[in-house]
Amino acid sequence: MEIKTVAEELKKSGVDEAIVELIKEGFSPVELATEIEEQLEMQIGQPYADDIILMFGREVESEELNLGRIGREVNKIKVPVKIKNELRQKLKAVKTKLSKEKLDAILGAVEQKYEEAQVEPREAVGIVAAQSIGEPGTQMTMRTFHYAGVGAIYITLGLPRIIEIVDARKKLSTPTMKVMLVRDFASERNKAEEIAMEIEETYIRDIAKVEADIDDMSVWVVINAKELKRRYILKEEVEQTIKDIGTDVLVEVMGDGKLRIHIKDKSCHDLLRLEAKMSNTVVKGIDGIKRALVRRDPGGEYVLYTEGSALKKVLKVDGVDSRRTTTNNINEISDVLGIEAARNAIIEEMASTLDEQGLDVDPRHITLIADTMTMDGEVKQIGRHGIAGEKASVLSRAAFEVTVDNLLEAAMHGETDALKGVTENVIVGQPIKLGTGAIELMARK
Amino acid sequence: MKKGTLSIIGHELVPEHVVIDEIEVKELLDKYKIKRVQLPKIKVSDPAINGLGAEIGDVVEITRQSRTAGISLSFRLVIG
Repeated sequence: MEIKTVAEELKKSGVDEAIVELIKEGFSPVELATEIEEQLEMQIGQPYADDIILMFGREVESEELNLGRIGREVNKIKVPVKIKNELRQKLKAVKTKLSKEKLDAILGAVEQKYEEAQVEPREAVGIVAAQSIGEPGTQMTMRTFHYAGVGAIYITLGLPRIIEIVDARKKLSTPTMKVMLVRDFASERNKAEEIAMEIEETYIRDIAKVEADIDDMSVWVVINAKELKRRYILKEEVEQTIKDIGTDVLVEVMGDGKLRIHIKDKSCHDLLRLEAKMSNTVVKGIDGIKRALVRRDPGGEYVLYTEGSALKKVLKVDGVDSRRTTTNNINEISDVLGIEAARNAIIEEMASTLDEQGLDVDPRHITLIADTMTMDGEVKQIGRHGIAGEKASVLSRAAFEVTVDNLLEAAMHGETDALKGVTENVIVGQPIKLGTGAIELMARK
Repeated sequence: MKKGTLSIIGHELVPEHVVIDEIEVKELLDKYKIKRVQLPKIKVSDPAINGLGAEIGDVVEITRQSRTAGISLSFRLVIG
């Protein structure tokens, strides 16, 4: 980082102008710059660079640890980054009272607490996760099959939604997208409406009257100019779409928004079929987006909520923020954004569904489910066609679902059961190799 | 109206993917005392590693934004 940029950053975070000027003029030695850089790097997102400057502005009292030292000591202990950041911030507040011994004692205690909180090896985390989500799930069932929506769009919530996620359904009951916009599309309602109209699928029947006339063997399309204007569609576009429908038709533009589509030497049946095909042709929009509504987010930004989902196509539309636009269809996310994005989406969707119901489930349990579902590079469901169906143990699979089928299959293939898991050992009445059961003690001779 | 190719890199749901070299792979496998096939998998056709030049058998390092740990590293084996 250049000194100039450092100065710029400091100014932004509200540091005294004079000090910033001093630094800019090269008043500081190179050490100062490196120290500041180190500090800024260590405390990304926490602009308390002003403290650093203040420290350089005065004599450091003996015994008192400087901030850089605290930061470095905190960095040494083995805890996650998030805890380190929090720790640094808190230590900063009491820095004048810190001696080396006190700091060491605090850090040691934090490290110990963290280690104690970690899961023991051989702990059955899967069962803990299942129960931790299952128990709140029983509270959910009572309030289930109820829908809450964004305005007029309904979204499946509660238990049905959780089941949908865990089953990795390809066809959702209520697919929906949250389309974020960029630039002025996000700040002006008119612009946002424009995009909404652009992605919402529009059929010819929505903007025109389609009628078959048996007398002259042709289909008449009468375009509604008002609707066209409302949906930002040009008359030429509609005409072009109609012309593209087939080669065996003759299109005549009659003026006044009327079009006559004539077919030669065809039966009445063909004519009616043409009429149906005509009205079901998409003029504009993205196939699959049944509706798009403009809503204002709490942040003051205009956002589109859609009924129906087509992530890949929507991301390509100009004016759509291709970095923040998402869908609730996990499989679609996996296809378009990859397996890691699908994992994030599972966590996000489950957490928000549980949260919406007022249930507090530790993110670690949800993360475990997401990890398991995305383990093999594609989204797999938890049930008998996915995780549970791929278990190595015959007895475990038979105990889960479709008992007879599993046993029959296993018998036909001559499968053996190694009796390593929990379920199969419960069935045969053996101790389970889990937790304390995983360890065997032997007396020394 | 339509943009050309769609770049998904930088999407808020997509974490950073990097192909790591053999020395790092060995360190990783030794650290956890596992075999390569025991790693989680990622398909070679996965959009997130498109353009990284990853081949089947490579290991990809993923820098995840974690709810509990802030940042966490994860690894996936590229499969066909």
